[in-house]
Amino acid sequence: MDWLAILNNTAQSLLSPATMAFALAALGLAMHFGFAGLLNFGIAGYMAIGAYGYAISVLVFGFEWWQGILVSLVASVIFSLILGIPTLRLRGDYLAIVTIAAAEILRLLFLTTAFGDITGGADGLSGYHNSFRAANPFPEADYGFGPWTYNSVELWVLVLGLLALVACVFVLLLLMKSPWGRVIKAIREDEDAVRALGKNVFAYKMQALIIGGIFGSLGGVIYALPSSINPGVYVTSLTFFVWTALLLGGAATVFGPVLGAVLFWVLQSFLSNVLPELVTSGVLPFISSIQASTIRFILVGVGLMLLVIYRPQGILGDKKELTFVK
Amino acid sequence: MSSSAKIPGKPASKTTGLHIGEIRPGVSKVDPIVTIDGVSRRFGGLTAVDVEHLEIPRGAITALIGPNGAGKTTLFNLLTGFDKPDTGSWSFAGKSLAGIPAFKVAQMGQVRTFQLTKALSLLTVLENMKLGAKDQRGEKLLYSLFSFLWKVKEVEIEAKAMELLKRFKLDAKKDDFAASLSGGQRKLLEMARALMTDPVLVMLDEPMAGVNPALTQSLLEHVLGLKEQGMTVLFVEHDMHMVRHIADWVIVMAEGRVVAEGPAEEVMKNPAVIDAYLGSHQDTDLGTITGRITLPKGKK
Ligand SMILES: Nc1ncnc2c1ncn2[C@@H]1O[C@H](COP(=O)(O)OP(=O)(O)OP(=O)(O)O)[C@@H](O)[C@H]1O
Ligand SMILES: [Mg+2]
Repeated sequence: MDWLAILNNTAQSLLSPATMAFALAALGLAMHFGFAGLLNFGIAGYMAIGAYGYAISVLVFGFEWWQGILVSLVASVIFSLILGIPTLRLRGDYLAIVTIAAAEILRLLFLTTAFGDITGGADGLSGYHNSFRAANPFPEADYGFGPWTYNSVELWVLVLGLLALVACVFVLLLLMKSPWGRVIKAIREDEDAVRALGKNVFAYKMQALIIGGIFGSLGGVIYALPSSINPGVYVTSLTFFVWTALLLGGAATVFGPVLGAVLFWVLQSFLSNVLPELVTSGVLPFISSIQASTIRFILVGVGLMLLVIYRPQGILGDKKELTFVK
Repeated sequence: MSSSAKIPGKPASKTTGLHIGEIRPGVSKVDPIVTIDGVSRRFGGLTAVDVEHLEIPRGAITALIGPNGAGKTTLFNLLTGFDKPDTGSWSFAGKSLAGIPAFKVAQMGQVRTFQLTKALSLLTVLENMKLGAKDQRGEKLLYSLFSFLWKVKEVEIEAKAMELLKRFKLDAKKDDFAASLSGGQRKLLEMARALMTDPVLVMLDEPMAGVNPALTQSLLEHVLGLKEQGMTVLFVEHDMHMVRHIADWVIVMAEGRVVAEGPAEEVMKNPAVIDAYLGSHQDTDLGTITGRITLPKGKK
């Protein structure tokens, strides 16, 4: 077995656009679920909006890369409004159903050949990089060391992703330490009590939905920045992977989602490298190496179950602050 | 038990002269703060509330009593915008409240507590209190990001919260999660939190249920203090001693209707009330029956 290659690949995922995209999306979910108690099962939809919003505005409308990002963010706000206005007045579980359905509708709209000219249908989108790469401040060269060696384009993506992540973490920290955050957490506990104290609960929930949605959409942009958009990515299982990352790190924390996303990707890439190797070297009998690489999804599922049962507050969470059993 | 309960035989100084004309259900008040007209609420075939006319006097303590299921909590929900009546209109301080959402009603100064306590479990006691405060700019999204815009106010709010917590004997618990409080302590917290909003009208749904007699005494004084500060209090309570002791006016509901109202002493003598609510034990001391409070000998 080539342990060096396995470790190398695993180490790379510590700092990759996908990890940062997950961290951003999980941060959005932390805002939604961890702090405001909004059960959003449509985070994949928000990520799709980010990715497609960016690519379409660059490809179809010829926008600059940063304008494309702005379009993505505005689109996510509109999506939040459409989702929230009918559902936020209802009890929490309804939002879960509506978001999961809305994300699927969105994905199918991006997938259908009806809008193929714009969305690329099943082929997805690519070739939207010119403006972004032209803005690259880093001269052509190799940067970093060991597994963390990047060319200038990769570095540019990473730096931008990292900036976005740091900014979002910072904003979330400030928000949750403020009186606004206090109202948001109170709404998670009991809406009626907050209403009885004269706070416009609906407006607060909408604000939380919008902010979390912006984080998720930004995650989608970062996910799409390095290469291309494949509609097969934004499926419901992406939502559940982000949820796994969130719950792993701690839903009602700011740094938990980031830690969770990193751990999730490190584990994923370790398993996807190590399991097929185990098959080829005969340690794992009865299965092919293709089957072996999908076993990791089963392991993720089992891990998620164990997590929710034995450590619902996540790694960084305070046991008292968030549990599923009230 | 008897040593801890020392509700004086003489009731606290009552506000009188609240009504105009002959006392009967729906009598006009000199200065009503809440006026209810033809409000009814049905749940399926059951009429939970059906109030033809009712006025709550301003600046006084009014008790709302009646048997279980009389519609007291439902009336509270209707008045505060947590539920919508099928018919009728009602106003608070001269403004019609029909169609006004609950949070706006609260902003207008009509603040309620819940019979089933709603402590915000995973917030600390102090955070619970601070949440009640009004005019904290930091609760607005854009302001919240800049702590220098709200820090000063926050200090003020905290001082006020601590003062109230002391009064409710919860100051030692300020950093505990509200989830760790006992049932009675949660009732106290909810009441204290409501007072953080500087209400004009406080509506308390069974504020003393589960609160121990020694603390009841000090809370009763606190409620009386609210009146002195110019607040109006409307409370639901099954404890007749509390009602007798502090209520300036008593409204009796049964099966959704107002069956009697008037000053405490007179209402308790009303045959309709004895029939509907107090029952045949009226002559015996209710406190003795419930075992909560033993009165000094000689008082009936
Ligand atoms: N949401 C509801 N759905 C159906 N029926 C209800 C609902 N809320 C209250 N009721 C009914 O309305 C009637 C009045 O209930 P309410 O809670 O107002 O009584 P209450 O006077 O507060 O009683 P208690 O002293 O026991 O608190 C009861 O018969 C109750 O069953
Ligand atoms: Mg009740």
